[in-house]
Amino acid sequence: MKDPVLEIRDLNVDYGLGDQAVHAVRDVSLTLHRGEVLGLAGESGSGKSTLAYGLTRLLPPPGVIRGGQVIYHPAAGPAYDVMALSHAELRAFRWAETSIVFQGAMNSLNPVYKVSTQLLDVIRAHEPRMPASARLARARELLRLVGIAADRMDSYPHQLSGGMRQRVMIGMALALEPQIVIMDEPTTALDVVMQRQILRQLIELRERLGFSVLFITHDLSLLVEFSDRIAIMYGGRIVEEAPAPALYRDSLHPYSDGLLHSFPALRGERRELTGIPGSPPDLRNMPTGCSFHPRCSKAFEPCPDRVPVLGHPRTPDGRTRTVACWLHPATG
Amino acid sequence: MKYLLQRIAFYLFTMWAAITLNFFIPRMIPGDPVQAMIARFQGQMSTQAVASLYVLFGLDKKQSIWADYRGYWIQLFHGDLGLSFTFFPAPVSQVLAQSLPWTVALVGVTTLLSFMIGTMLGVFAGWRRGSWVDGLLPATTFLSSIPYFWLGLIAIALLAGPGSFFPSSGGYDPGLVPAFDGYFIPSAIRHSLLPALTILVSSVSGWILSMRNMMVTVASEDYITVAHAKGLSEKRVMFGYAARNALLPNVSGFALALGFIVGGTLLVEIVFSYPGLGYQLFQAVGAKDYPLMQGIFLIITLSVLLANLLADVAYLALDPRTRKEG
Repeated sequence: MKDPVLEIRDLNVDYGLGDQAVHAVRDVSLTLHRGEVLGLAGESGSGKSTLAYGLTRLLPPPGVIRGGQVIYHPAAGPAYDVMALSHAELRAFRWAETSIVFQGAMNSLNPVYKVSTQLLDVIRAHEPRMPASARLARARELLRLVGIAADRMDSYPHQLSGGMRQRVMIGMALALEPQIVIMDEPTTALDVVMQRQILRQLIELRERLGFSVLFITHDLSLLVEFSDRIAIMYGGRIVEEAPAPALYRDSLHPYSDGLLHSFPALRGERRELTGIPGSPPDLRNMPTGCSFHPRCSKAFEPCPDRVPVLGHPRTPDGRTRTVACWLHPATG
Repeated sequence: MKYLLQRIAFYLFTMWAAITLNFFIPRMIPGDPVQAMIARFQGQMSTQAVASLYVLFGLDKKQSIWADYRGYWIQLFHGDLGLSFTFFPAPVSQVLAQSLPWTVALVGVTTLLSFMIGTMLGVFAGWRRGSWVDGLLPATTFLSSIPYFWLGLIAIALLAGPGSFFPSSGGYDPGLVPAFDGYFIPSAIRHSLLPALTILVSSVSGWILSMRNMMVTVASEDYITVAHAKGLSEKRVMFGYAARNALLPNVSGFALALGFIVGGTLLVEIVFSYPGLGYQLFQAVGAKDYPLMQGIFLIITLSVLLANLLADVAYLALDPRTRKEG
């Protein structure tokens, strides 16, 4: 197994305080290894984005991190807990170690500043001693890296297409050569052709620069194609985690299975599209036991009463994957 | 640049329309200036005096209204706005030249101050909701709901009076001659303090409120989250990203406020008997001094147009999305 670069341990994120609080992320533990693409999939409201905002401490109020640790392993030096950083340390950590490409590609750039200003200010904030000419050269290089002509430096965001803006954001995310790039549905606002093009480019860059990617999307088909491992979230919990090919071939959790059968494959044999009956659970009023049991066709006796624990299943490849389902009880 | 030229052409057209209206409206009012003069002297005027007045006002020639209109434009280009009745025989342009600086200095400076203070407080109130600045809002909103002139009357009743530091009326001590010297300037500033304070107190909350609300709106934009995620300093995010965008609607509001400097504070000037344009307009209306009214309306129109032009230019400079590249 490769070295971990980010270990999320029992992270809990709530919206609101006290009895009214909504538990959006529950006891999530997840490990991102050096150089890998970890996909995180789930329906809307499953807590994927909340997890991303939580682990970078960017949660807007009333989001509260109720507990857990996020251990970051820098390229050199000892590991530390992101949750315990002071404000100044956190500012230095952000973007330099972990950068984020956000959901709203179209609105991620400040409309009144040129692209160059926005690329340069992040470099200046983190490397104040770098000479201005070197900063400018770096900004040009970043744009070239994502396939945008250097003469676009002086453009304003409204003069760029959606795809170009998202490329600028990806370029910006790489500005300080971070260890981790979090992608929160980075291509949702783009058309399918542009999605693939940008993701290919991203994977290529990852191979060249060696950063790790936490890729968050509701589009499992993208993950199957582009990620090394996939984690599936449901109702604020991780319900299954497995290498991408294994998950695609035989998913163990009925929810993962439902997700996989709700989109058509581009290649390979035709299959019936089924979808998942019902709708995502109300986070304020979660079902008892396994939160998926009201929608699950395979639910049986223990499901409504006891919460299944995430653990290794008794399958031949059981050591490399985990699942939280009573059909595949954990081996401990 | 082309856009700007288009705007300027538009403003020139609007100016022409305003001046034309300014010419025709008084001429639609029954009677003429000489009749008004006769009324002022309660009929005790000889026929010769009446005839010479007609000659003086140029009303003896029975020319068409179009010839009058052309003459009006020619006079306008020579800076000749006619003679004031109230200050007869002083020309209107001279009366305006005396009173305009008072209004511009008093209301101009207070509007600018009010905008800057209000916007600054609004930035903090919106950025840190629930801080002490936010607690200020109900108080300032209460003050802004009080009309200018009433606040002025209260201020006079409470603060001015015999032996008080604050004079209750006028623009400077009566014994002084207007000049840029050590006697006149302090006196003028002392006289302007109360009216300025009145305007400031009642107008600042509008700026606070609109800026605060825009800050709250902008703070939830994606690019603000991105700016935080980029690890930029709090100050940079607050001013460079949030306030910079929240400012845009306030700028056009400010330009409009600039346009109303000349006409908008009429009542304050009346309450404080301040020798500005508003007070002059009040006197002109009371005396049916049509040429003076016309002159003041012209100034108000021109200043509103100029302020709008300034707003356009400011917007072009501040918001790249309004620039049309050719």
